[in-house]
Amino acid sequence: MKAIVNVYLKEGVLDPQGKAVHHALGSLGFDNVRDVRIGKQIVLQLDATDPEAAKKEVEEMAETLLANTVIEEYSVEIVE
Amino acid sequence: MKKLNVSILQFPGTNCEYDTVYAFRRLGHETTLVWHKEETLPKQSDLVVVPGGFSYGDYLRAGSIARFSPVMKAVQAYAAEGGKVLGICNGFQILTEAHLLPGALKRNQNLHFISRIQHLKVVDTDNAFLNLCKKDEVLNIPIAHADGNYFVDDETLDDMERNGQILLRYCDENGEPMVVNGSVRQIAGICNRDKNVFGLMPHPERAMESILGSEDGARMLEGFANV
Repeated sequence: MKAIVNVYLKEGVLDPQGKAVHHALGSLGFDNVRDVRIGKQIVLQLDATDPEAAKKEVEEMAETLLANTVIEEYSVEIVE
Repeated sequence: MKKLNVSILQFPGTNCEYDTVYAFRRLGHETTLVWHKEETLPKQSDLVVVPGGFSYGDYLRAGSIARFSPVMKAVQAYAAEGGKVLGICNGFQILTEAHLLPGALKRNQNLHFISRIQHLKVVDTDNAFLNLCKKDEVLNIPIAHADGNYFVDDETLDDMERNGQILLRYCDENGEPMVVNGSVRQIAGICNRDKNVFGLMPHPERAMESILGSEDGARMLEGFANV
């Protein structure tokens, strides 16, 4: 079983990397971009059979280590 | 001045521990290096310093892995009993990750690693750290970091201002506020509510003698022996 964790800076927390990329896209002529957020994707291979229990465990991992919830939010997706 | 026993932590990737040893010995204190695998701190620790560097290569987030090292449990217990802890640069990042200090440190606003001597304004001196400095005094201390952009929500920040938890702000030579890395309200250093845990991005241990540009760091670090 595989878990995909996406971690982004929270809404309202300025994302300096996203801002720089937004600016660069603008200078390349891509004018239709309203906002850019840059995050991390963490892919976990799990020894687990129950998707729901696995999701719960990965959420605990995210709360403890994978994300810093002072500035970041995360989402967990369990895939086959 | 009291002679202190200073315990200085060492993680894989720490690189300022010997500068920190030099700084405290120069002030006449005893120092002990403590490897991150240790589960206890030296018994007589008057001060624990989490020095600068790149613990665990800054992987995931700066300080996020070091914060779970065995020695950090001992540091949490030590701080909970009122023990004094100082985090410098990566040490500051580790202490925020460990929730010993509020907020977090993000990538610098301009995305650059900033390395230079920087003016700092002393905001509060009513604490065990900056008691030898004067309020509103302008210090000159090296900074060297990529992730020094301090963030905390407005409500907590107002609370910290009221409690005298803001220690240092980035400024120009005249003491006027200066945006350096994007930190909220130009914050360079803070402490916790109980004023026994301190964190700052600048490196006082690199400003110990005028031949190297500044000795303002000596006055900062010596504060711990003056209480």
